[in-house]
Amino acid sequence: MAGKLSGGRPTLAAVTAAIEVERLVKLYHDVHALDGLDLEVPEGTVLGLLGPNGAGKTTCVRILATLLKPDSGRAAIRGVDVARHPQEVRRMIGLSGQYAAVDEYLTGFENLVMIGRLYHLGRKESRARAADLLERFDLTGAANRPTKTYSGGMRRRLDLAGALVARPPVIFLDEPTTGLDPHSRLGLWDTIGDRVRQGVTLLLTTQYMEEADQLADDIVVLDRGVAIARGTPDELKGRIGGERLEVAVVRRDDLAAVASILKGVGTGEPTVDQEGRRVAVPVADRVAALTEAVRQLDAADVELADIEVRRPTLDDVFLQLTGHAATEETTGGEGGKA
Amino acid sequence: MSALGYAAVDGWVVTKRNLTKIKRLPDLLIFSTIQPIMFVLLFAYVFGGAIKIEGVNYREYLMAGIFTQTVAFGAAITSIGLADDLQKGVIDRFRSLPMSRSAVLVGRTTSDLLNNGLVVIVMSICGLLVGWRIHTDVARGIAGFALLFAFGYAMSWISATIGLSVKSVEVAQSAGFIWLFPLTFLSNAFISTDQLTPWLQKVADWNPISSIVLALRDLWGNSAQGAMRGHGFPAEHPIELSVLWILAILAVFLPLSIAKYRRAASR
Ligand SMILES: Nc1ncnc2c1ncn2[C@@H]1O[C@H](COP(=O)(O)OP(=O)(O)OP(=O)(O)O)[C@@H](O)[C@H]1O
Ligand SMILES: [Mg+2]
Repeated sequence: MAGKLSGGRPTLAAVTAAIEVERLVKLYHDVHALDGLDLEVPEGTVLGLLGPNGAGKTTCVRILATLLKPDSGRAAIRGVDVARHPQEVRRMIGLSGQYAAVDEYLTGFENLVMIGRLYHLGRKESRARAADLLERFDLTGAANRPTKTYSGGMRRRLDLAGALVARPPVIFLDEPTTGLDPHSRLGLWDTIGDRVRQGVTLLLTTQYMEEADQLADDIVVLDRGVAIARGTPDELKGRIGGERLEVAVVRRDDLAAVASILKGVGTGEPTVDQEGRRVAVPVADRVAALTEAVRQLDAADVELADIEVRRPTLDDVFLQLTGHAATEETTGGEGGKA
Repeated sequence: MSALGYAAVDGWVVTKRNLTKIKRLPDLLIFSTIQPIMFVLLFAYVFGGAIKIEGVNYREYLMAGIFTQTVAFGAAITSIGLADDLQKGVIDRFRSLPMSRSAVLVGRTTSDLLNNGLVVIVMSICGLLVGWRIHTDVARGIAGFALLFAFGYAMSWISATIGLSVKSVEVAQSAGFIWLFPLTFLSNAFISTDQLTPWLQKVADWNPISSIVLALRDLWGNSAQGAMRGHGFPAEHPIELSVLWILAILAVFLPLSIAKYRRAASR
């Protein structure tokens, strides 16, 4: 996969995985935020934790980052138990939570220096790293302004930089690209990519199949606290059926003709949506399928409203794996954080 | 570096962070000093004429009470600061770092102590202007201020425990303060406990605030005499009792708030 950050799994199996999670359970009253989750992330790889709102992604990250105690089960970072030796674990991890947690009265520079000093890097080293990270995250111009004046995306970037200050071997990023513009998103992956190539292990959460596909060596799909699917992005896409060609028509009468044409170019049975006047079919080679479909549809004189090749979304994954759409199980469970 | 060394360095890093907020938000400081100035003036001119306590200049008598009350209320901002950090996720960030577990609390109580110190300086100047004097010597004068700050610092740890328990700024704004009204008014801060009904008198005599206030008055030479001082053991040993109170508060609330911090989660 072209956009993959690390070189994939190490050929020699590591003695202990960088992140190990066994039958992890976390209850909030009667809600099972995590319900027996198992994970194993080998050193130097990227795991994408994919799931809809309320799936338990943040809960998992918070337990791994020593912020929450699980009700049962075990979690370990490089063999060190997170519940029993949190302080040791903290020396090995970097965290950027779902909500940016930066001090609003400190400048961006001061925020990063403070984090460096609390990792006990020393004054000089902390300052050097802070300046370097601000540069990498395009914040040099705002380095000496209190973060109160930052935009949401700038705060987010500063928070992400905070996770990297100590160059920890294991990094957790909870929905790192939420709120970032496309340019910042690319910049972030550049920076993270460097770290991963140097051997850092990364666990990131996302709600976007496409993002997990691009960045992760392995994906675990989480739903209501349990893993409902896991594998490499290619394996998962194989199960979901990869890309889909979708055609929307102006005249409902054309639907039958379109379905028969698409059956010819696709790799499976087309599905017809009468209401939306759409027909969709899984395809193997997007360019060839699209070219062929357009040629035949034009020849058949079908008036098109829209035609596109779509990557599978989280919703497709869920429909395929669970039979239900990716919806939040409970409402109002999210804490109202500033 | 030793664990204690790191605790000190980390505590100082967090203290500096908290002080930066005061530097960037000077209004905060202006308003927290206006209030004590107002208190000194109101008490001196409104109550100072209305309440009489035998054998002592009431304005001078009042000053130790106002100081103690102000420091107790000043310490309550510790709960707001911590609840704010908790709410904004800053504590989550700190708890994911390998820093000393006491540092966030040490930093917060230290910066609040410095803040309180500044307020006391402003109040002292104000007090001197309305006629308050220390009638003893320099050593005892300084000992009085040291006791006052030690008390404020101990109160900050109670406040820290409250802030970490309520977890929200809105609740901390009342929960951190309401209990201080009965505590400071049911004492000898503004009256003599001799003027109270017998059972209230017992409560007021044994109130730690009364011990601190009486100790300050003794150290500064602003005390009334005889029964007007209070009654029984607390009236005879205010300084010893004050030190005991301060140590007892620290012994309970320092470990309690650190234990709370270690379990603190924003949600
Ligand atoms: N403090 C809490 N009290 C009660 N329930 C909670 C608490 N924190 C999380 N939950 C519940 O646990 C479940 C998992 O929440 P979690 O925050 O881990 O989901 P998530 O996958 O991160 O979702 P999102 O994509 O919205 O961030 C949800 O049902 C949520 O309502
Ligand atoms: Mg989340």
